[in-house]
Formats: sequence, C-alpha cells, structure tokens
Amino acid sequence: MAIIKTINLIKKFKELTAVDNISLEIEEGECFGLLGPNGAGKTSLIRMLTAVSPSSGGEIWIMGKDLKKHPREIKAILGVVPQTDNLDEDLTVIQNLRTFARYFAISQEIANQRSLEILHTMRLEEKRDAAIDELSGGMKRRLLIGRGMINDPKIVILDEPSVGLDPQARYMVWQRLRELKSQGVTQLLCTQNMEEAARLCDRVAIINQGRIIDIDTPQGLVNRYMSRQVWEIDLLSVEREKVVNELESRQIDYEEFSGIIHAFPKDDQATEGLPGTARAATLEDVFFKLTGRSLVE
Amino acid sequence: MRMFSWRFFRLWQRNRDVFFRLWHSEGAGAIIEPVLVLLAFGMGMGALVGDVGDQKYIEFLAPGIIVAYAMFSATFECTYGSYFRMEHHYTFDAILATPLNVEDITAGEIFWGASRSFFTGCVILAIAAIFQLVHSPWALLIPLVAGLAGVMFGAIALFVTSIVPAIYTFNFYFTLVITPMFLLAGVFFPLTEFPEIVQKLTWIAPLTPVAHLSRGLFVGDFQWSMLMALGIIIAWAVVFFGITLVTLRRRLTT
Repeated sequence: MAIIKTINLIKKFKELTAVDNISLEIEEGECFGLLGPNGAGKTSLIRMLTAVSPSSGGEIWIMGKDLKKHPREIKAILGVVPQTDNLDEDLTVIQNLRTFARYFAISQEIANQRSLEILHTMRLEEKRDAAIDELSGGMKRRLLIGRGMINDPKIVILDEPSVGLDPQARYMVWQRLRELKSQGVTQLLCTQNMEEAARLCDRVAIINQGRIIDIDTPQGLVNRYMSRQVWEIDLLSVEREKVVNELESRQIDYEEFSGIIHAFPKDDQATEGLPGTARAATLEDVFFKLTGRSLVE
Repeated sequence: MRMFSWRFFRLWQRNRDVFFRLWHSEGAGAIIEPVLVLLAFGMGMGALVGDVGDQKYIEFLAPGIIVAYAMFSATFECTYGSYFRMEHHYTFDAILATPLNVEDITAGEIFWGASRSFFTGCVILAIAAIFQLVHSPWALLIPLVAGLAGVMFGAIALFVTSIVPAIYTFNFYFTLVITPMFLLAGVFFPLTEFPEIVQKLTWIAPLTPVAHLSRGLFVGDFQWSMLMALGIIIAWAVVFFGITLVTLRRRLTT
C-alpha cells in the first residue's frame, strides 16, 4: 500500500493553478524525488502534504488516513525540512531542538537524549549553546535537517535540503539521508540538483507547470528519453553553420542553448569526425528535454 | 471550527523560555516606565492637582497605570512580537509543520500576551504597595483583571497583526487606538470631568471598563457597574478571539 497517496490534487491561487490534478503514489521506504523548475508547483505540493496549506481540490491520504480529517496525527509522524530557514532565532541550538520536541509532545528525557544524538550526527556538538545567528549557512541547514528528525519520523519531507551547502556538507547530508532510508524511513525529496536526485532517489517525478510529466527511476528516465551519449559542441571554437549543416545531413537530433550544441546521436559512429566531446547522458538532459530550456521567472 | 487542544501551551512555553532568556531587556522596560509615570504624574503633578474625591491623586492614578501597562504588555507582545515571529523568523510556519495548528498558535500567542499583562499587573501592584498606596486586600485581584484584559488586548492585537500588510501599519493602531485609550479612557483623570455624552462614548474603548474595574478593586468599593465592566471585557475578548482564528488562519495557510 502506498504510504503517501494523492488523488487529483489541485492548488489554486487566484489566477494561477500551482498544482494541477496531481495523482501520486509513494511507496513505504522509498526515496521519491520531485524534480521541476522554479514555479513548477513543488513547494505548493509539499505545503499541502504537510497540512500547512489547504488544497483547492482532490485528496491526500497518508498512512491510510485522510489528511483533512487527521492533520495532527499525520503531522506527528512527519519530519519536515523546509526550503526557507525557519529556525527559532530567539533560542539557542539545543533549545531549538528541545522546543521542537515539545511541539511533538516528546517527554523531556527523551527529547534531551534525542537532541544530543542529533547534534552528534549533524556534527553540531560544539555549537550546542550557540545562538542561531552565530551559525554558518551550512550549520543552520544541518540543524534544520536535524530538527526534522526530532520526532523520529516515518516520513521525511525535504524541500531542497542541500541548497547552499558546500560539497563536504552536502555529502554528509546525503549520507545521513541514505542512512535514514536504510532504516526504512520514507523520503520525499524536492530538489533541483540532478546529481542529488540521481544519487538518492529510487523514483523521480518530473513536474512542470503543476503537472507530472513522467515518473520513473532516474536510470529509467535517462534510458527512455536519451541516447546513451550526448555529444557536446562548444560554438565558441567552431563555425556554427557548418556544424549545424553537418548534424542535419547526418539526421542527428540536437539542441542549442547558451552557445553550446547538445547532439543526441543514435550510436557512437554517428558523430565520427565531428568537433566536440562525448559524455554519458544524465538526468539533467532528461530534465531539460521535458521542462524546456527557457528561463522561468 | 476545529478543535482546540492543550497543545497551545507548547507555544506558550516557547514564548516563556524566550522571555526568560531575554528578560533583562524585555522585562526592565515594563517595570521602569510605569514607575516613572507614577513618579512624574502621581507625585510631581499630583502635588499641583490635589485630591480626587477623598483620594490623593497618586492613589487615584495607580490602579489606572497598572491596567494601562497591562494593556501595553499584551499589545506589544501580540503586535510587534507576533509579527516578527510570523513574518521575519517564520516561527509559525515551522510550528505548523508539527502537530500544532493555527488554533493552537492563536491561543498560545494570546495567552502568552495575557501572561505578560498579568506579570506586569503583579509588578506594578507590588511597586504601588511599596509606595504605600494600597489599602484594600481586594487590590490583590487586580493582576487577574490585568490578565483578563491581557486576553482581550492580546486578541485585538493579534487580530491587527493578522491583517496588517507591513510592520509600519502598527503605527496607525498605536496612534489611533492605543494612545488615545491610554490618555482618555479614565487612567489619568475621572471620566466624570467629561460631558455626559462623551462619558458614554468613552465606554466604547476597551480600556475604560478595565480601568473602572481596577479602580473599584483598588479601594474595595464595589458597584454594579463593575459587573458590567467585567462582562464588556469578556465580550471583547471572545469576539476578537473568534475573529482572529479566522483571519490568522487565512494569513498563515494560504
């Protein structure tokens, strides 16, 4: 049975339909990724799933319960890591964790123990009694993720968890998320980082303009939408006309953006003699193919 | 309307913890200013004013000052305090992702504001006692009146907070509502100085019944109108509590 299920979920803001008829089923224990450009509706979807914002239509079922009827019970088993830092700046690091534990009605003793564990796993022990504004951006994000674990959640919902982190901290966060998965915690990961999605997610949904375009494993998406290789040609070093003519005469699909041509040859031979370099196709290529390359404001 | 729960107490606890962490800056102002007012107006100007009825002016002034500052406590807490938590620190957003809901936030903020009023009431009453102004044991009930007034003023203030477009908008609330009440609702002089029609109009101001009630308890002189005052305070509190549940929900969960 799906642990999170949405049926024809809709979110409307006056003129705009942010979430347009989304039906999703997320299985227990999986890491499910939501990929989409800015304004695709990811955050609106998450706000509805966490009972922060009411839906304009459709249903949400979490662990077999209707979210509309049981918001408190469902929120009690969710761990939420928001995109915007909303740590309590009036409290110290450890007070943040303890106060949050209290919102979940966790007993003081367990709250203390768990807070210390979280500080340990997030490597924030030395900052135990620091004020929030003494923390670096990376530390704040680690604390935010740690805070989401305070109630030992069955489902963790993360909105861009590694945004603004340096590579070291990002790997640490990814490691922590993999550990959670191995403990059977279901994860819903909203991200714009394709590497993150490819590394962590069992399945990803690509959404654009409030709709799901496709759902599959990261590799499945790459296999279905892309050639094995992508041939990249930098237009700074070659004559554009010549390359384009050559690609067209060889009937190779290509896309051009920001001064680079991405060609999608059917096999390795097709690009023989062309300038440029080959690389493996990635989830990012699929993302661009499905959501377009133009900037979304 | 959804169910209330004891969980609002968790937000109350959070606010209490912050208060005790920052009490030296939060609490000091709440004590020093009313003392200055008592000194300046009560003793300084009071010497020129003479007696009000059979009371010294400072004895007349003290119960008014207690509830006026109780008003300020809940009002500041539930305007600027709540606004910062809501719009700048996203504290309410974070809390909404836990088992607490908007009703808990509304109740937690208002009852915390009321607790500040109660606390202010206790402190100024103690100061008045030190000045040897308190003669009736009934005065011990005044902090409870301050707390109840805190529920009312907290609810009104949180309502304002839930609809202001920006923090500057509070200026209107303070200039047009709070300051006129402070000056004209019977804190500094008996309302009987006004023409009868104006006297009646002043009862529109929520501070008027509070000052009336406080003044009666201060000297232990009971009148039926005190019961009416109590009813008015409760009515204001209930009405604004109810409205704020709706407006704050709209503000926080769209």
